[in-house]
Amino acid sequence: MNYRTMLSIKNLQAKIGEKQILNGIDLKVNAGEVHAIMGPNGSGKSTLASVLSGREEYEVSGGEVDFLGKDLLELSPEDRAREGIFMAFQYPVEIPGVSTINFMKTALNQIREYRGQQALDAVSFLQLMKEKMKLVEIDQSLLNRSLNEGFSGGEKKRNEIFQMAMLEPKLAILDETDSGLDIDALRIVANGVNKLRNKNNATIVVTHYQRLLDYIVPDYVHVLYKGKIVKSGTKELALELEAKGYDWIKSEVTVA
Amino acid sequence: MSTSIARDLTTEIIEAQPTFNVGTELRNEAWTQFKKLGLPGTKHEEYRFTPVTRHLEKKFNLSKSNPDSNLSSVADYLIPDLDANVVVLVNGRFNALLSKVVSLESEITITTLSEALLNNTVARAHFNKYVTNESDAFAVWNSAAWQEGVFIHVPENTSVNKPVFILQLNDASTEQVVTQTRILGVLEKGATVSVIEKSDSIGNEVVFHNFAEEWVIKEEAHLEYCKIQNDAGKICQVSNSVIHQTTSSKLNTFTLTLNGQLIRNNLHILIDGENCESHFYGLYLLNGNTLADNHTVVDHKKPNSFSNEMYKGVMDGNSKGVFNGKIFVRPHAQKTNAFQSNRNIIISDNATVNTKPQLEIWADDVKCSHGCTSGQLDEEALFYLRSRGISETNAKAMLLYAFAAEVLQPIQNETLKSYLDQLIADRLQKNF
Repeated sequence: MNYRTMLSIKNLQAKIGEKQILNGIDLKVNAGEVHAIMGPNGSGKSTLASVLSGREEYEVSGGEVDFLGKDLLELSPEDRAREGIFMAFQYPVEIPGVSTINFMKTALNQIREYRGQQALDAVSFLQLMKEKMKLVEIDQSLLNRSLNEGFSGGEKKRNEIFQMAMLEPKLAILDETDSGLDIDALRIVANGVNKLRNKNNATIVVTHYQRLLDYIVPDYVHVLYKGKIVKSGTKELALELEAKGYDWIKSEVTVA
Repeated sequence: MSTSIARDLTTEIIEAQPTFNVGTELRNEAWTQFKKLGLPGTKHEEYRFTPVTRHLEKKFNLSKSNPDSNLSSVADYLIPDLDANVVVLVNGRFNALLSKVVSLESEITITTLSEALLNNTVARAHFNKYVTNESDAFAVWNSAAWQEGVFIHVPENTSVNKPVFILQLNDASTEQVVTQTRILGVLEKGATVSVIEKSDSIGNEVVFHNFAEEWVIKEEAHLEYCKIQNDAGKICQVSNSVIHQTTSSKLNTFTLTLNGQLIRNNLHILIDGENCESHFYGLYLLNGNTLADNHTVVDHKKPNSFSNEMYKGVMDGNSKGVFNGKIFVRPHAQKTNAFQSNRNIIISDNATVNTKPQLEIWADDVKCSHGCTSGQLDEEALFYLRSRGISETNAKAMLLYAFAAEVLQPIQNETLKSYLDQLIADRLQKNF
């Protein structure tokens, strides 16, 4: 449809151990779009995010994923990041002894190396960092500390968005970014995401609640249920879900 | 308890004992005790993971004297840019040409141990008081057969500006080397000194280094101690360190083990005074077939003191790590704070670690804790780093380095710290 298809998922199936979780997902995401993936607990939302970012505990048992002409499923997690995929974690990991600054510098320069760009020198790196810090309203003292260690829930999520700002991905996947956030933190995080949106990138927002979508307004909303997309629509679908709950979808699926 | 073969080795050693001019009386007592103890066989509880005796049986002729070394420079074994007093022992003998004492005589006395035992009353008063005849058989053997050593004395209320760097070289380029060396250090009231002890072996023949040391830290004195075990050759080393602390003294020790065939460190800290503070940190980053065993004892004999022990290990290849940490809190030692942690990461299928904390607490108003962990690298952390574009190799190195470098925290000397930091980064291939 669109001349710039970014991500194309066809009949994607995945399992963990013997448990089948994704049962044939079809999804197309174009540059400039924001897609929301909603669904009840256990519907496979986070599995989809994990499979796209390359988590190795999930086994892809069928289907294909094309990302800008590349077979995404063939790529290692680091190569996916280097190709331009970014996942904001639902539970960002605490890593004692590694400062966010050093971590970002290493990450950024490895991505640049992959793309045949020169490593950033210390001055340009700091400049870039200052700029992005302002964008996501994060304090430098936080970034000097060990990665996420002792951070509050809000600080961790803000750090995710800071990393996203630094790495400028083509496709960002926000996995339950709203979980554990109060309304102020939610607003700051959403603002950061909105400022990073442009016509050349795309965002997939995985969320259980409609609340986040008040701030990050999606172009499309998809409802995942039992490992399949059972309904797609525009942002109004999210409001409808908020009003009626997921049972309505469940019964509709059962009837069909 | 020991096996019959081990007993034979003990006899062989005793029969081959050389004659010494210095400290004959103490040596004779030690020989008697050594005969009684015998070398520990594999069934000996304290040596069940660490077959030093078997290794000696298989690889060494213990009645042979050491070859001469024609080493003319130690530049390769120094710590770059470290402005220090340098004391060099080569194949168990003091080498005056390669040594260099720069601190003033009023600040510190640094002499050979044999000279000190002839002329120095402080040395005579303290020698062999702490490495006792009840201890480890290797320590007792050292008391009987030490070839040479170093005596260090810092007078009252004196802070030594430059660290003391003791380099023990074993030159096994032509034939096997067996060294028995010894250090005695006495810090008088309010004295401060930093000591770095490093061993290196040269060549491809086997080396056995039986080392013992005694440190006496008097009231309000402060010892910074760093041991670096990074021998390139085939060394088997047993090191017995006994540190005696009195009231309000401070101790920081750091032990880094990177290389060697068979390394056994017995570190014994006697906290025999109130308000003492001791931090003892250790790091073993092993690969190949290295076996490194750290046995530590901290003995709180008096109330109101604090000890904090942190040992960490990363095991790769076929390496083996052993940690055994004992804490004693004696009945009178109320209000003791004693903490211990030992954390290990195993990164290869063939590497192993055995870790064991042992706490014996006789006082009732104390705070003690211990924790041992051994596991693999945190998969979730690894994935997190990779998901940001960092290669798997680099992500691993980053995590291991972060894990390891924590133990460098208490090191004060910046030159030393960056040297150690580089050793760790190199070993863990953090080259980015």
